[in-house]
Amino acid sequence: MSTQSTIYLDYASTTPVDPRVATKMMEFLTPEGEFGNPASRSHRFGWKADEAVEEARSHVANLVNCDPREIVWTSGATEADNLAIKGVARFYKSKGNHIITSKIEHKAVLDPCRQLEREGFEVTYLDPDEKGVVSPSAIKSAIKDSTVLVSIMHINNELGTLNDIAKIGEITREHGAFFHVDAAQSTGKVKIDLEKMPIDLMSFSAHKTYGPKGIGALYVRRKPRVRLEALIHGGGHERGMRSGTLATHQIVGMGEAFRIANKEMKKDHEKIYKYHEKFLEKVKEIDHVYINGDLKNKVPNILNVSFNFVEGESLIMGLKDIAVSSGSACTSASLEPSYVLRALGRKDELAHSSIRFSFGRFTNDDDVEDTLDILGNVVHRLRELSPLWEMHLDGIDLDTVKWNAH
Amino acid sequence: MAYSKKVVDKFENTLNNPEAFKVGRFDPKDSNVGTGMVGAPACGDVMKLQIKCEPKGNTHVIKDVKFKTYGCGSAIASSSELVEMLIGKTLEEAKAIKNIEIVEALELPPIKIHCSVLAEDSIKQAIEDYETKQ
Repeated sequence: MSTQSTIYLDYASTTPVDPRVATKMMEFLTPEGEFGNPASRSHRFGWKADEAVEEARSHVANLVNCDPREIVWTSGATEADNLAIKGVARFYKSKGNHIITSKIEHKAVLDPCRQLEREGFEVTYLDPDEKGVVSPSAIKSAIKDSTVLVSIMHINNELGTLNDIAKIGEITREHGAFFHVDAAQSTGKVKIDLEKMPIDLMSFSAHKTYGPKGIGALYVRRKPRVRLEALIHGGGHERGMRSGTLATHQIVGMGEAFRIANKEMKKDHEKIYKYHEKFLEKVKEIDHVYINGDLKNKVPNILNVSFNFVEGESLIMGLKDIAVSSGSACTSASLEPSYVLRALGRKDELAHSSIRFSFGRFTNDDDVEDTLDILGNVVHRLRELSPLWEMHLDGIDLDTVKWNAH
Repeated sequence: MAYSKKVVDKFENTLNNPEAFKVGRFDPKDSNVGTGMVGAPACGDVMKLQIKCEPKGNTHVIKDVKFKTYGCGSAIASSSELVEMLIGKTLEEAKAIKNIEIVEALELPPIKIHCSVLAEDSIKQAIEDYETKQ
């Protein structure tokens, strides 16, 4: 997919809304549509909106195989993460004050954990292995009697690497700690079965799965029951867990997006897998390229590559006709290399030179071929400009050089 | 990304036409060449600047310059901007160049000012190297 001749390969950042989803959303906005407040119990405008919201809830529940009553609407995955982490920790603080998470979580998990530290909780930040996987055994060794919550992401947003959440869930269940999973990158990419997986809370986002921005959901298990302290009060919507008038059109959009994801997951996967394989094959032909993450244990829609001797931001600037991301979009305004890659033990210079390519439903053959052509060319030109490349060609080991760091 | 059009243009021109923009190297052992290299890969930028000078009166004049830069678009644009300022200058004039001139020429945002500092330091170092050889 491309607009104004820019190729979009940043689907892990956000996806366009599927036109089928947008059409459906339009039915819930205008005077001719079902614009009612789902909380209005006394007239058909409210009833119709409520019906649509509940249908959407079922679509979300169907995709992850849970009870629709276990789905709580939020403004997005960030709010869902906040609600799960702060909500559980604060509700159960008399039971324990220890939380376990990992160093490569999204900021929407790390920042609430930092906040809880300020409130007196103790947080353990686990190191992933060099592929970006948080091992169940690391959880097992970190868990203790005072652990109330473990929060581990399903798919890492920068690497695409998968964690074994079913296995981690068994450990947390055994130790009586609640288990929250950030699954913002998972929906429509891998199958999730919450009936089988011992997971207590799971965060979802609509806009990574061809739905609109500004809507997400939190799965809150009913059996065994998980309780939380609400973050937002005012009206007691969503069984008191999240007050505020429900955004019918957004919710309908998320429902429709997840319904389509459920129906078309296999088709999307086959196409994206094909592009991933082609991309990987070609990118490996470039010298000194490193694939970050675990090729044997990752989703094909995300491919994170470091191009040694080339700095990532300049590479992105050189790839001006291609929309990609260096690290996570939230941090690309700062000078820090990706904290995720650093946590894997990647050298800073490789962390500085990483690019995340992410493919999606609307990616086509031309997008992939054109990107590969441009990429090879730009990497070559930037290396011609790079004193590090020159030193490398001269046979100098860069690790032995004494730098005049700033 | 808050890049000015000037940074983008300078970066792209340098990338697309490296020779015209003085990308390259001189033999660092030549007695009329001074080399400066500042920054570190771990910090995300390394700038290498070389000046070729010849005596003129009781001073020396920069006849030609070559550079290579590893870094963000602003770092590359800053080096390229500096290189343009240098040719024909005496060493005294070159020493007097301040990073703020690069900031202004490229309209660098505050977060990228260190790129211009790096450029200023690279010329200072190159001159020092040249002077020790004389």
